[in-house]
Amino acid sequence: MDAFTTLTSKTITLPTRDIDTDQIVPARFLTMTDKEGLSEAAFHDWRFDADGNTKPDNPFAGVDLNEHQVIVAGDNFGCGSSREHAPWALDALGIRVVISTSIADIFRSNALKNGVLVIDVPEDIHADLMTRPGEDITVDLEAEELRFGNHVVPFKTDPFARRCLLEGTDSLGMLVSSIPHIEKFEQEMGR
Amino acid sequence: MTGKTLFDKVWERNVVSPEAVDSPAILHVGLHLVHEVTSPQAFTVLKQRGLKVRRPDLTLATMDHSTPTLPAGPDGARPYATEQAKVQVETLAKNCADQGIELLDFDDNRRGIVHIVGPELGRSQPGIVIVCGDSHTSTHGAFGALAFGIGTTEVGHVLATQTLFQRKPKTMRVRFKGDAPLGVTAKDLALAMIAKVGIGGATGHVIEYAGPAIEALDMEGRMTLCNLSIEAGARAGMVAPDDVTIEYLRGRPGVPEDFEKAEAEWRTLYTDEGARFDQEVEVDVTALAPMVTYGVVPDAGAPVTESLPVADNDDLKDAYDYMGLSAGTPLNSVKIDRIFIGSCTNGRLADMRMAASILKGRKVADGVIALIVPGSEQVKTEAEAEGLHDIFRAAGAEWREPGCSMCIAMNGDAGAPGEVVVSTSNRNFKGRQGKGVRTVLASPATAAASAIAGHIADPRPYLSGEAA
Repeated sequence: MDAFTTLTSKTITLPTRDIDTDQIVPARFLTMTDKEGLSEAAFHDWRFDADGNTKPDNPFAGVDLNEHQVIVAGDNFGCGSSREHAPWALDALGIRVVISTSIADIFRSNALKNGVLVIDVPEDIHADLMTRPGEDITVDLEAEELRFGNHVVPFKTDPFARRCLLEGTDSLGMLVSSIPHIEKFEQEMGR
Repeated sequence: MTGKTLFDKVWERNVVSPEAVDSPAILHVGLHLVHEVTSPQAFTVLKQRGLKVRRPDLTLATMDHSTPTLPAGPDGARPYATEQAKVQVETLAKNCADQGIELLDFDDNRRGIVHIVGPELGRSQPGIVIVCGDSHTSTHGAFGALAFGIGTTEVGHVLATQTLFQRKPKTMRVRFKGDAPLGVTAKDLALAMIAKVGIGGATGHVIEYAGPAIEALDMEGRMTLCNLSIEAGARAGMVAPDDVTIEYLRGRPGVPEDFEKAEAEWRTLYTDEGARFDQEVEVDVTALAPMVTYGVVPDAGAPVTESLPVADNDDLKDAYDYMGLSAGTPLNSVKIDRIFIGSCTNGRLADMRMAASILKGRKVADGVIALIVPGSEQVKTEAEAEGLHDIFRAAGAEWREPGCSMCIAMNGDAGAPGEVVVSTSNRNFKGRQGKGVRTVLASPATAAASAIAGHIADPRPYLSGEAA
């Protein structure tokens, strides 16, 4: 996993609420056994028509994804299926941060394990951000601060997830090093 | 603290190391269910790191999402939607063989949708943690297990260590009071609950379902209800084990050898008097009618007897656009093109019987396609032993091989753009059942009644014999 410390980027605003993981990656793309081709699958049916042509009015049209790495989305982003293809696809598109008033549980867990930072903000801050598509925002995970316009807004991240993101480590190694402890638990509990 | 909740008790039994401010708890997983879609990249990580599956005995794999529901041809070739789907299923078989994981393969008469086979085999048991790379893992909470969906990274964690890092979620109790009237099924209770709580209303929570209407439900109904917990945003749904649970499990192959001992332990798993929940919700069942959805999120649901509400926000306006609906239209007048009965939500024998009781001696309306897909080989065998497949076929419905089928539409079973599908599955998201397909979620009874009527229909007149 790539480390995440501080990012300054322009925003893409997606005002729709309840953007589910079927929108982020339609199920027909899920037969893959690797992670290839996910940048095309990301928001596929929002971005492309039936013939595969880019829809002119889609929120990603004409956006330079090297410069727009932050999505500000409507409430309850990432609801629905547990497919980790959703944050993989966002990552493949170049998206590193999703900001919303709330983030669905499984998507949150998956995103944080893939270097995609998810941030909950209060409604007034969210409403303000929605009026600023394409503007610069600085996401500082070290300080747990968003900086945009003349605002400085604190945010909270799970301390464990934050440490993993700052260091760019994944937690599998930590669980593997706990195996002796796990074995002891299994013996005691008869599992 | 005055008492413990069912959730507290199950959580505590499975904590390997407790959570602290800067580290989540390590939870032990008693059953890890694996399927073809969300596992291949996890097996790749294990391979890259030289790790083995630690507890193949606590791991069970099946194939369901990408599998065809039409039988193999005379040459034995299965009609996969794409070559990639075939490769994915074969990859699962290879990974399981390499790692010594039991796989319910095509030739196994126990194969089926992952959330149907776990319970059928008696592997889904009270008091354990059950996970799977699938959000509808919440189904198994019907047994008083803590069951939730995980992503592929966590599938890898569980394969390699049989544990997971988890933060302790909040709790919500949903009490269903009163007796469910005729034609109001577990699916209707669930859709009513979701409409009340909201699609994100239970985010961060584990729901315990309680009350007389839950005690009166059979295990199939409890599974349907727990299955849909995720559609209210919940991490999991649970029902305390009781006589119904014990009698369902007794005699199944996967249960502990010393069943009496296990039973005694399971019977301690209930919410103590005075235990506190972070949220409490009450649903009066006596006032409910069969429910259907009208939007593109599962909380947009209403009694089938009502008319479409006014679209007071842009999201609902957009949903009506997508669905081809408008405010004021009576729900039971909406024309349909197709019905789908099946899925981990409503693909069990009780669901098939309910559908058959309505379709028996009647005909699917002209121009309507009816697809009925049993949730497992076992459901298929039992349904056929009762002659349900003959009833379905005589009514003009198709009877298929087990699988997820049109619930997720990734195996080639899909609607056509613009079609209205009354579906017993769990999600009405845009494109869920095929690009441009308009999904109406409902119970098997409502789906069957709608197939006959050719429009969304109240199943009650069919159940009471009032309707022809």
